Amino acid sequence: MSALRRREVVQQLLRERKDLLVVAGLGSTAWDITAAGDSPLSFPTWGAMGQAAMMGLGLALAQPRRRVLVITGDGEMLMGLGALATIGVQRPANLTIVVIDNERYGETGMQSTHTAHGIDLAAVARACGFKDSRVVVTQAAVTRLRTAIHAKKGPHFAQVKVKAEKLPLVLPPHDGVLLKERFRAALLADVLPEKL
Amino acid sequence: MWPEETHRELIVAGVRVVGYVPDAGHKRLIELCQADKKMRAVVLTTEEEGIGLAVGAWLGGQKSVLLMQSSGVGNLINVLGMVQVCRFPLVMIVTMRGEQGEFNPWQVPMGRATSQVLETMGIKVRRASDAKEVAPLVAEAFARQEAAAVLVSQSVIGIKSFQEQRTQ
Repeated sequence: MSALRRREVVQQLLRERKDLLVVAGLGSTAWDITAAGDSPLSFPTWGAMGQAAMMGLGLALAQPRRRVLVITGDGEMLMGLGALATIGVQRPANLTIVVIDNERYGETGMQSTHTAHGIDLAAVARACGFKDSRVVVTQAAVTRLRTAIHAKKGPHFAQVKVKAEKLPLVLPPHDGVLLKERFRAALLADVLPEKL
Repeated sequence: MWPEETHRELIVAGVRVVGYVPDAGHKRLIELCQADKKMRAVVLTTEEEGIGLAVGAWLGGQKSVLLMQSSGVGNLINVLGMVQVCRFPLVMIVTMRGEQGEFNPWQVPMGRATSQVLETMGIKVRRASDAKEVAPLVAEAFARQEAAAVLVSQSVIGIKSFQEQRTQ
């Protein structure tokens, strides 16, 4: 089992995030990004399981000059594996998908996911055309991943193996309209409302 | 022709992202979008992905459209909850199967349920029974900035026939 702790990993990836746009999958990863500091340029989901990576793709295509980071869990990614094939066709250079992999469904009783049984998400991503697809198990590799997210040509995929632990919930706003409007207001302030 | 008229309306609306799961009835419109340098046509593995794509594009300030056939509507149900709760605008153009003249009985149940499923999940449904109606309904859906589906009747797109495909 990996010694990496999910909250520390996410905190480190989001440190000095500048104008990074972030989408988080439902459950633990939404709490993780909130624990690292809520931002209007974060879109934590409370549902739509399996769609975090696709939301990242839509955002990356719409905002080619911005860096887009999807942080999601292994269970959420497994529900929408086809998205990796779809992203592999589009290959947006500004998109990174990070799967925080604790090998568990954390919100439903810590049942094992497929990754606990050897299903290799990083290999799936590689097979889907992500030239940079990595498994991260050390602090040094987390640091390198952060550099890739901000400065290297993507798309990037990272499966970060973390300790399976139940942590205190740190909840983001759950009003979907608020999450949407604050994101667009922060991102598109200079073009709203006349262009949209 | 409705695909050309509809493509023109997509241009007028400022659509930049086109998510699609192919359907014979959408063949021409998909080709027009693929050939349009201002549009990014994104082939999906399942219709569900189109909702994530459209939502992401909207968050990033771009308009999108989603093309699918009626059987794909069944794949959308849970993720349409996000569209409803966040009030995302969304325009889907759905070509119908399972209607009059359908040769494949496996298409019938979902075709029959399409409109009801969409409405149950908060999507405004409008039906084009005539080719002339498609483009204006699509234009109206964009103008209203709501979550809407334009259903294109099988009478507009024609009946798919294995016999014809064999001889093509």
